[in-house]
Amino acid sequence: MTDVFIVFFGVLSLVFAALVLLLRQPMRAALALVAHMICLAAIFACLSVHVIALFQVLIYVGAVMVFMVYTIMLLDDRDTSYRQRFSGTLVPGVLVATAVALLLWRLLDPAASGVPAGPGTVDFSFTAFATAFMQQYWLHFELATVLLLVGVVAAWTVIREAP
Amino acid sequence: MIDRYELLLALAVALFAMGLLGVMVRRNLLVVIMSLELMLNAVVLSFVAAAAHTQTLHGVAMTFFIYVAATCEIALAMALLVLLVRRRGTLDLAAGQELRG
Repeated sequence: MTDVFIVFFGVLSLVFAALVLLLRQPMRAALALVAHMICLAAIFACLSVHVIALFQVLIYVGAVMVFMVYTIMLLDDRDTSYRQRFSGTLVPGVLVATAVALLLWRLLDPAASGVPAGPGTVDFSFTAFATAFMQQYWLHFELATVLLLVGVVAAWTVIREAP
Repeated sequence: MIDRYELLLALAVALFAMGLLGVMVRRNLLVVIMSLELMLNAVVLSFVAAAAHTQTLHGVAMTFFIYVAATCEIALAMALLVLLVRRRGTLDLAAGQELRG
């Protein structure tokens, strides 16, 4: 039954990703992206990785996309890029994307790479995640907070420097 | 019968390629940034699929850092985008072709 849900949400996520590329209005594309992210969160929940499913909804949908939607509302909706969706590189773009997909599949193919399935089951709970962060990834965690601070300062500086 | 790990990796590769396509062919700067988010989501999916397949926490921990990078990226990108629109008056990437140097 889990596999059926994974396939269902996988197909939905592909459909919404295609809509992001095809829709003319950025607001509609942003809403399609939100739906795509929720489908991915459902896949993570099906895999029992509830921590990431929750992060996906809280951070991506709740913070990043809301931020993007606010920015879209600040902008003029009579822009030329709303009328002409695609640049002149449509055919080379499709060819390059197909080539990259084939190359990635060749590199990642589980049958060829032979990544063995892990023994037993690991607890993907919040407790296990928090313990791993405090014991193994504490330095990375501190560096991530520094990166966030740098990001906030940089964004603030850009806005202050604006004419 | 297709393996679940194989299926998720195929989905991640397809989503990454679609994101790359969006970055290359769309004219609207906002949609290009959304396509970048699609690519990041594909990477997150591949990490989670690998973590579920190998039953280790490393892939799950790595996704947390991807979220941090994505948050920084979007905060900076939106600030730069508003600045660019104020200067050029458009979101069209074709309008940036007069850049020199």
